[in-house]
Amino acid sequence: MTVEHLIELKDVFKIYQMGEETVHALDGVDLTIDQGEFVAIVGSSGSGKSTAMNIIGCLDVPTSGSYHLGGVDVSTMDDDQQAEIRNKMLGFIFQQYNLIPKLSVLENVELPLLYGGVPPEERRERAVRSLERVGLADKQKNLPSQLSGGQQQRVSIARALAGDPSVILADEPTGALDSKTGREVLGFLKKLNREGDTVVLITHDNSIAVKADRIVRLQDGKIIYDGDARDPRAVVQPGEAEGEEEAAL
Amino acid sequence: MKFTQSFRLAIKSLFTSKMRSLLTMLGIIIGVGAVIVILSLGNGLSGMVQQQVDKLGVNTIMTYTWGQGDGSTMDLDPRQMYDLVAEHPDVLSGVSPYVSFKPALRCGNEKFDKTSLYGVSEVMFNNHTKGTIDGGEKLAQGRFISYLDVQRRTPVCVIGAYLAQEAFNGDALGKTLSINGQAYTVIGVLEQIRGSMEKGGPDDQLYIPYENALELMGSRYVTLYLFTSTSGETAAAAREVIDSMLLEYFNGDYNAFYTQTMAEQASMINAMMGVAMAVLVAIAAISLLVGGIGIMNIMLVSVTERTREIGIRKSLGAKRRDIRRQFIIEAGTTSAIGGLLGIGFGCLLATGLGSIFGGMLSQQMGGATFSAAPTLGAVAVSFGVSVGIGVLFGYLPANKAAKLNPIDALRYE
Repeated sequence: MTVEHLIELKDVFKIYQMGEETVHALDGVDLTIDQGEFVAIVGSSGSGKSTAMNIIGCLDVPTSGSYHLGGVDVSTMDDDQQAEIRNKMLGFIFQQYNLIPKLSVLENVELPLLYGGVPPEERRERAVRSLERVGLADKQKNLPSQLSGGQQQRVSIARALAGDPSVILADEPTGALDSKTGREVLGFLKKLNREGDTVVLITHDNSIAVKADRIVRLQDGKIIYDGDARDPRAVVQPGEAEGEEEAAL
Repeated sequence: MKFTQSFRLAIKSLFTSKMRSLLTMLGIIIGVGAVIVILSLGNGLSGMVQQQVDKLGVNTIMTYTWGQGDGSTMDLDPRQMYDLVAEHPDVLSGVSPYVSFKPALRCGNEKFDKTSLYGVSEVMFNNHTKGTIDGGEKLAQGRFISYLDVQRRTPVCVIGAYLAQEAFNGDALGKTLSINGQAYTVIGVLEQIRGSMEKGGPDDQLYIPYENALELMGSRYVTLYLFTSTSGETAAAAREVIDSMLLEYFNGDYNAFYTQTMAEQASMINAMMGVAMAVLVAIAAISLLVGGIGIMNIMLVSVTERTREIGIRKSLGAKRRDIRRQFIIEAGTTSAIGGLLGIGFGCLLATGLGSIFGGMLSQQMGGATFSAAPTLGAVAVSFGVSVGIGVLFGYLPANKAAKLNPIDALRYE
C-alpha cells in the first residue's frame, strides 16, 4: 500500500429520520487511517462514534460520501458483499464480548473461519494458534460461561484475530470489565498493534483513549480533533458525559 | 462443515429444551404415527385377502346369470354348463351350480327356520385344499357330496357345525334330517367357522346335491355357478370361454351375466381398500400440516430469542444464506426427529392393534393370519415427508433471520 490509505472516509454523512426530526449522526466526516496505526475514536453519547464504528465496520452504509477499505469502495455494497468484507478484513471486539454461549471457546474462535470457507483442519489449527496468542489455548473446550469476564474478552480478541483481519475494531472493549482487567485488555491491544495490527478503538473514556497513539474526537457528527494522543488538546472536551452508556445513535 | 455444525447445534438446542421440543414435534409424531398405523393395518388386510385367495385357490370363477329380464335364464340348464366344461378340458375342470334358500328344516320335533341351504355339486369341494371353493370351509367329520350323489340325487347332506351341535349334540353322522318333509342323511359335518356359533350364523347351514335343491325349490332357476379352471394360470382363459358361451346364449347382451375370477375379486377388494386407505392417510396428513405450522411457530420464537446470536454471526461474516441454512437445518432436524419418533410410535401401535384386530379377523376369515407391519417404503416416505415439512415450514422463519439487520440484531437485548 503505497499512496492508498487502509481506511479512507471522504465527506461521509449518515442521516436518520427519527419521526419529525432529521438527525445527522455523521455530518461530513473525512478520516484516513493507515496500516499499523492505533487510533481511538472518542466522543460522548450522541457524538456519532457508534455510527462511525458501524460504517468503518461495514455493518452500515453511509447516506452519502465514500468509504474505501483497503482501496475498495465498500460504501455501496449489499448485505452479503459487506458480510464477505467483514469476514476477510475486519475483526470485532465488543463491549459484551458477544460470544455464542452454546459453542465452546474453540468453536467461537473458529466461527469467522467457518464463514470464510476455511477447511476444517486449517480452521482448527488457526483457531488454536489464535487462542495461544491470548494465552487461553488450555480453555478451548470450555464454554464461555465457564470463563471470567477478562478471559471471555480475550476469547473474543482471539476470535477477532483468527481471520487475520486488516483492521481490529474494538467497541468499548473494557466497558464491562473492572479497571485491572480493562488495563490488561488494553495492554493486549497495544501489544497486537506493536506486532503490526491496525487497531481502531471506539470509546467515550478519555483515560482509555490516551492509550492509543492517535485520537479522533467526534462531536455532533463532526471531527473536532484529530491528532497525537499526547497532545493536551486531545482530551479537552467541554461537557463530556463521563461513564455514560452510548445511546441509540 | 457448516452443515455438520448446524446439525450439531440443532440437536443441542433440541436437548436443552426437551419439553418445548417434544411439544413442537407432537404434531409430526401423531401425523407420522397415524400414517404408519393406517398403512400397516392396510398391509395386514391385503395380506389377509391374499391368503384367503391362496387358500381357496386362484382357479375359482364365479358366474352370475340373471338373464335379460324376460325369463331367458330359465332355459339355461345346468347341463349346458357341464357340457361347456366337457368341451374345454384344457381350461375348465369343473362346475358347481350354486342355489340357496331357507328350507323348512326339522330334526325330530325341533324346527330350524334360520338355516341356509345350499344346492351344490361335488366340484364345490376342492380335493387339493380340502375345503369348499367359495369359503374354504373344511370338513370335521365324514365326507362331502360326491359325483354319484349328484347324479343319483341321493338324499344326503353336509351340515354346518351349529346344526351338528344343536340338532344332534355333535353326533350327527348317519342321522337324518327332514328338509321340506323329505328325509336326508347326514354324511359330513363342517368345521366350526366362527368362534361363537349362533342361530342363522354362518355355521347354521347345510349342503345338498343341487338337483335335489332345485327339486325342493320347484324351479330350474340357477343364478350362480362356481367354475374351477384347471389351474390359476388358465383362470383368465377359462373366463373367456365362459363369457363367449354366455354372450352367444344371451345374444350379445353383456348385462345378462357377470363372471369374475378369484384373482379379479381379490384385486378389486385391494383396490377398494387402497382408496379407503388413501382417504385415511389424507386425513392423517392434516396432522402433519398442523405439526408443520407448530414448527414454524416455534422457529419464529427461536429466531427472536436468538437475534443477538444472529447479529454476532453476521458481524463475523455470515451471509444471508448461511443464517438461512442454519435455521432450515434446525427446523428439518426437529421434524426429522419427530418423524423418527412417529415411525417408532406408529410401529408399536400398529403391532398392538394388529394383534387385537388380527385375532378378531382371523376367526372370521377362516384362520388367515394378520400381520400389521409397515413396508420399508412407507417408513422411508414418512421420514422424507417429515423432513420436507420441517424444511418447508422452517423456510419462512429462517428467511426472517437471514434478513435481520446486523446492527439492530447486535444491539438486541
